[in-house]
Amino acid sequence: MVDRFVFDRYSGSEAPTYVPDSGVPDVSLTDIFPRKLLRETLPLPDPGERETVRHFSALAANNFSVDGNFYPLGSCTMKHNPRLHEQAAALEGLRDLHPYQPEDSVQGALGLLYELERCLCAITGMDYFSLIPSSGAHGEFTGMMMIRKYHEQRGVKKTHVLVPDSAHGTNPASAAMCGYATVVVPSNSGGCVDARAFSRALNEQTAAVMLTNPNTLGIFEEEISELKRMAHEKGALLYYDGANFNALAGIGAPRAMGFDVMHLNLHKTFSTPHGCGGPGAGVVGVTERLRAYLPVPRIERRDGRYSWSQGSPETIGTIRSFYGNFLVCVRAYAYVLRLGGAGLRRMSEHAVLNANYVQRMLKEVLDVPYDRACMHEAVFSCASLAGRGVRAYDVAKRLIDYGIHPPTMYFPLIVKEALMVEPTETESKETLDRFIEAVRAICREAREEPDRLLRAPLSRPGGRVDEARAARALEVKWNPAAGR
Amino acid sequence: MVRYSKTHEWARIEGNTAVIGISDHAQKELGDVVYVELPSVGDAVETESQYGTVESTKAASELFSPLSGKVIAVNEELAENPQWVNEDPLQKGWMIKIELTDPQSAENLMDEEAYREFLQQQS
Repeated sequence: MVDRFVFDRYSGSEAPTYVPDSGVPDVSLTDIFPRKLLRETLPLPDPGERETVRHFSALAANNFSVDGNFYPLGSCTMKHNPRLHEQAAALEGLRDLHPYQPEDSVQGALGLLYELERCLCAITGMDYFSLIPSSGAHGEFTGMMMIRKYHEQRGVKKTHVLVPDSAHGTNPASAAMCGYATVVVPSNSGGCVDARAFSRALNEQTAAVMLTNPNTLGIFEEEISELKRMAHEKGALLYYDGANFNALAGIGAPRAMGFDVMHLNLHKTFSTPHGCGGPGAGVVGVTERLRAYLPVPRIERRDGRYSWSQGSPETIGTIRSFYGNFLVCVRAYAYVLRLGGAGLRRMSEHAVLNANYVQRMLKEVLDVPYDRACMHEAVFSCASLAGRGVRAYDVAKRLIDYGIHPPTMYFPLIVKEALMVEPTETESKETLDRFIEAVRAICREAREEPDRLLRAPLSRPGGRVDEARAARALEVKWNPAAGR
Repeated sequence: MVRYSKTHEWARIEGNTAVIGISDHAQKELGDVVYVELPSVGDAVETESQYGTVESTKAASELFSPLSGKVIAVNEELAENPQWVNEDPLQKGWMIKIELTDPQSAENLMDEEAYREFLQQQS
């Protein structure tokens, strides 16, 4: 257990001795900086190599990761990442490329990206993909910019975007960034978009409808065809948020449901270690009518040769440097090739089966607010434990003591005391049973010994974190004078 | 005179002005409030429209104005003390003060007893 900073454990005023020679000629600092800005000593600790290794190994051992623990974080698809893909991403010929290399020297890499785009088109039914966006939110923003440009070019005035009340927070944010107001459509008692309320909210000024399918309750939007018909009738486009595509890959194509624009999170559905904020790939797909607006550059293939192209004159332009996060795309390509169409379908089927197994087995101890077969994730409510002062938060924290990462809490917002469990397809029945047993034990504890729950996690260094204080009095700088 | 809206905001009406905040029930549902985003003095607010955001450790939620008017004061101290929304939602945790467009419109809101009944129906 590490309870002190490396600065506290090892004092020392000399610079560490293991800094290698830089090979650059020394310049006297007094020649380039005013003397008053210079200091004589630097309080860097110098624990030596052995203790440095031990210090950081001990910190690493405290990591709670998908490699060490079951990680059912809903909406995040924390699946196991096969090591074969890591091996592919570590190949020198791919790893050591420079984005400014001449086209002739990167034909293989361009070919890989081009092929991946074609694979994603085949999986989703879309006509074109761009691999540039760096995250799901970035993909959404890119998609919404294309929608805005589409309407502008047609000279149609559009003012707002419809999102369901179960939507991800990024949806209204992306719409707002593109200058649209968001209109929230309520869910019906079955947990799906209320088609009547949808119809009322929809008019000629609706630019787009943003939907996740299955939605954030883990439920398939059964009336999607009807919603699509209504939206297209008013000249609104349909945006597919690919956050939950792990339930559908190889089974259903967003294009077939009527979506015009979409993004996929390659770093979720198509395997890349994630959860640390990056790097990601929120690649966007469009149908033919939006092709002209795709961000640039594009990859073109002519006579078996690949080259960069500046796209069409109507493009929304550049949305970041270079062509996306290349090695995330390499992993996704390896994943798609390895599984193939039938394998992807099996992946989604197992993800859905696992979630339903968990939902069914926990039904007697937790409320299932929308009691029906779910897709790849199951949403529970801990509201029935509230009488004993126990909240979803406490259940989630106690799971850490069982070696399980907390599920997503308090989302979707329409479920009180929500816990959102996404087991993914890569977990075994034994792991799921262990999780189910842990939740049952915690629910028993909530009845018999709620106090312990309120202090959880009991087994981790630092114990329970005061999240309110962490947010209200954020301090991210080491402050030796204050002893922290 | 304190009046409540169905979205759990309160308004204390004094002549042609109203002080606005969120109800005790709302702060309990939100949990520990960590940040409050409010409009500026001079901004217009409208009945049932969003005028700000309140963020707790659980989620970010919209603040809806129970009444229409122009913002004449903002509780700047909440920036440093967001916990006041939890500790004292009806006094120290007030959010904005507005000059009412139509003081009569307050009659559409619930009084304390009606709000209590409304909460009971909801649960």
